[in-house]
Amino acid sequence: MNRRTVVKAIAASGALIGLGAMMPRVAVAAWNKDAFNAKSQADALNALYGSAAEASADVMLKAPDIAENGAVVPVSVESKLANIESMAIFVEQNPTPLAAEFGIPAGTAADVSTRVRMGKTTNVTAVVKAGGKTYSATKEVKVTIGGCGG
Amino acid sequence: MAKKIFRVKAKARGGKTAVKMMAKHNMDTGLQKGKDGNLIPAKFLDTVSVSHGGKVVFEANLNTAISKNPYLAFTFEGGAKGEELTVAWSENTGSTGTETAAIK
Repeated sequence: MNRRTVVKAIAASGALIGLGAMMPRVAVAAWNKDAFNAKSQADALNALYGSAAEASADVMLKAPDIAENGAVVPVSVESKLANIESMAIFVEQNPTPLAAEFGIPAGTAADVSTRVRMGKTTNVTAVVKAGGKTYSATKEVKVTIGGCGG
Repeated sequence: MAKKIFRVKAKARGGKTAVKMMAKHNMDTGLQKGKDGNLIPAKFLDTVSVSHGGKVVFEANLNTAISKNPYLAFTFEGGAKGEELTVAWSENTGSTGTETAAIK
């Protein structure tokens, strides 16, 4: 064995270890292309969870009534439902409504905050998947300056 | 090692760890035009996964609708001061990175 093959072998095993570390993705499927590229909220929801969501008071969506700057709209989703698997945030009138999907493994609180872009005044919907069912909460956020460039 | 893009503040308290993290990233949507009038190609973080002690505690699949310099906050059970969190991210362009941050 010469030096070159040894270096190659080390590089290859390093790459494998890296892959292994990336692999344990249980709670959330890989980036769902169909869902993220869908142009309507219904399509995105279907592609992501395969069903329409039922409105529920157990999903708490925190978002401002009026967002001064659509480029940065703070949104938090919280839920007290049991067996939560994942949560998603939709912005209805955006070019691609699905903004984000979060995997919530057991032991992680179902309380996630982030900031989204909004093109114009529209409904923000939080969808929570718990125990195989999907629940949602919707809130209208008024945007005074759009955040989708142009 | 590439430069870190995430700033992570993780605080252990009462058996739980609250994590706030912000990435330095433009999250280009692919819809915006640059100074030369051409579209800026989309370049955004699409997956972020945080693990603690080999167990994934949070995962996010993001889209272009997430603001510039994405902010994520969540809380998980477990974690103690001085322990490490591992943040693995990938971009839609295919670049990936892994970073670590200490819990305070």
